[in-house]
Amino acid sequence: MNNAHGQKWDKIIRPRTGWFDIHPEELWEYRDLIGLFVWRDFVSIYKQTILGPLWYIIQPLLTTVVFTVIFGKVAKLPTDGLPPFLFYLSGVIAWRYFADCLNNTANTFVGNAHIFGKVYFPRLTVPVSVVISNLIGFGIQFLLFFVILLYYYTYATVIHPQPAIFLLPILVIQMAVLGLGFGIIVSSLTTRYSDLTHLVGFGVQLWMFATPVVYPASSLPEKWKWILLLNPMAPVVEAFRYAFLGTGMINLQNWLISLASTVCILIFGVILFSRVEKSFMDTV
Amino acid sequence: MSDTVIQVENLWKEYRLGVINHHTLTRDLQSWWARVRGKEDPNSQIGSVSTESEDRFWALRDVSFEVKQGDILGIIGRNGAGKSTLLKILSQVTAPSKGEVRFKGRIASLLEVGTGFHPELTGRENIFLNGAILGMSKADIRKKLDEIIAFAEIEKFIDTPVKRYSSGMYVRLAFAVAAHLEPEILIIDEVLAVGDAQFQKKCLGKMENVGKEGRTVLFVSHNMAAVLGLCSQGVLLEQGSIASKGKVTDVVSNYLDAISSSSRASIADRTDRKGNQQLTFTSFELKNSDGQIIDNVRLGKSVDLVFKYQSSAAAELRNVHVAIGIHGKFDENLFHLSTSVQGADFEYLPPSGEIICRLPQLPLQPGIYCFNLFSTVGGEISDWLQNAGTIEIETGNLFGSGKLPPPDQGPFLVSHSWHYNT
Repeated sequence: MNNAHGQKWDKIIRPRTGWFDIHPEELWEYRDLIGLFVWRDFVSIYKQTILGPLWYIIQPLLTTVVFTVIFGKVAKLPTDGLPPFLFYLSGVIAWRYFADCLNNTANTFVGNAHIFGKVYFPRLTVPVSVVISNLIGFGIQFLLFFVILLYYYTYATVIHPQPAIFLLPILVIQMAVLGLGFGIIVSSLTTRYSDLTHLVGFGVQLWMFATPVVYPASSLPEKWKWILLLNPMAPVVEAFRYAFLGTGMINLQNWLISLASTVCILIFGVILFSRVEKSFMDTV
Repeated sequence: MSDTVIQVENLWKEYRLGVINHHTLTRDLQSWWARVRGKEDPNSQIGSVSTESEDRFWALRDVSFEVKQGDILGIIGRNGAGKSTLLKILSQVTAPSKGEVRFKGRIASLLEVGTGFHPELTGRENIFLNGAILGMSKADIRKKLDEIIAFAEIEKFIDTPVKRYSSGMYVRLAFAVAAHLEPEILIIDEVLAVGDAQFQKKCLGKMENVGKEGRTVLFVSHNMAAVLGLCSQGVLLEQGSIASKGKVTDVVSNYLDAISSSSRASIADRTDRKGNQQLTFTSFELKNSDGQIIDNVRLGKSVDLVFKYQSSAAAELRNVHVAIGIHGKFDENLFHLSTSVQGADFEYLPPSGEIICRLPQLPLQPGIYCFNLFSTVGGEISDWLQNAGTIEIETGNLFGSGKLPPPDQGPFLVSHSWHYNT
């Protein structure tokens, strides 16, 4: 970066150029900030609510109870021969982390407009830190699941954890990346379409029913199974269930397709996000 | 040329008016669906030629300047001159439309104190959070922690959530964090207009030290006294372009000239007025005790400030309040003249006429003073003008000695007498 005087400049501010003006390395420079954001989220949740972290446990438990009653007892949907409570809990926990990541990153721009208007830091630090703070909630929920799983494993014989259990970190990363990718796409679009915010929560709800959360993929009629190929979350939930409970319809090919689309969504999201972050302050 | 640390070159910034967040997904989909079916767009404006015909507005036009290492540069200008836009670009909050800015060294910008403070977190926790947002690493903050707490004078409350702080404590803590940033370049917006006078002094002192340590500061303010006191160089922005740059004393005096020349323009022609204009001031004159129009006031003589006005409805006006705020060279408020303070609000005023404010004497140092003009009718703001006019005071023999106190001892000339007791 030399100019006519042969000087070295540390930083050059230029007009927005092209679509690929992205700097992921800045995230690393600002890792302390990400850490502090995560810690802030956690501390403020812990301090603000009476139930504190207990809330992380009550929410999925209640949802699972409701699902067990409605889809298990009333609608009598199949559960691949698993105890319904465990079946729904596994689905809810795998889905929730993804859904939380998406919902909580979807208002990055609008929700932080005040800070973004006053000081520069890489905007991606905000959604990335949200995804990491949600990991704490996921951890607590996963422990809950694990304890209940142990109970069933000891007293019921229908559960067959698979070696695929060791794929858990990859599955979790995939959920996080998918949630982040979709979340930052939505948050970029909400700077232009403010009414999109209302659709997100609703859309995520609908999406859950298009994902094998309350029903096993195996229960779908053969002619509808192709739909699962379009939904990158379907193989993730099925793989999660297969790894811990030993049932589920997962093959490597489907999973690889979903991994590839996850990466594409993230890349697209980051490009869109970086484009919006440069002009966003002029439009609010 | 080697010590130039900021180089701003031909900077332009365009804002588009009227396109701000008016999109909704439903409307865009409607338009798209209409296009697909080959129908007319239900959302297109009737008679509009193209959708790109919205207003464009250049907030910055071809701004170039350089800042050398260790300079404290004051950026001044009226509201809307582009100061904030320039700061936003330099702080990377928004991107320029054309042109380039080059920096050497780390930059920290402070457009606001306490950005990102979280009310639930304690003072100590917020120091870390705010510091990190401003670009400090955790290790840097830890090193400076004690110094920051001492500067903010809140040792006792450092582990209390900031939501329990008084606003003064909050601001002190926020500024303390910012003051201990150690970037090579510091960009500061009007943040000094906060806190109590003593703390403000401390902040100014801290900033002066920053300059002495060889770091570069860009400072935006309306407080000309602070700009003159702190800065060595100045840039004056007017309607997005640089009107003057160079030594801060020259730039500030250009700015003040520009202000007073605009206030000499006839009040009737002013468009930058606020209020419902039920009553509108149309002219301002100075008259002496004989009723003759005068250009300037002889020190110690009686003067009438005469304002012609017009009512919009050509009807009688009820319950009219008028106030005049006199301020000095550096925009500092000197005193306030008001009908309500005198218990003299006008219950009735004819549809047009003159309102007169008589000053038996104007005990101010010779010089030019500006005033703001404010009026309400029936409790609603009717006509409000910043820098409505100027009053020039000519020297005179106020004390009978032919002498006046030195001008730097303050603007007021108070009559008094001396004697002694045995």
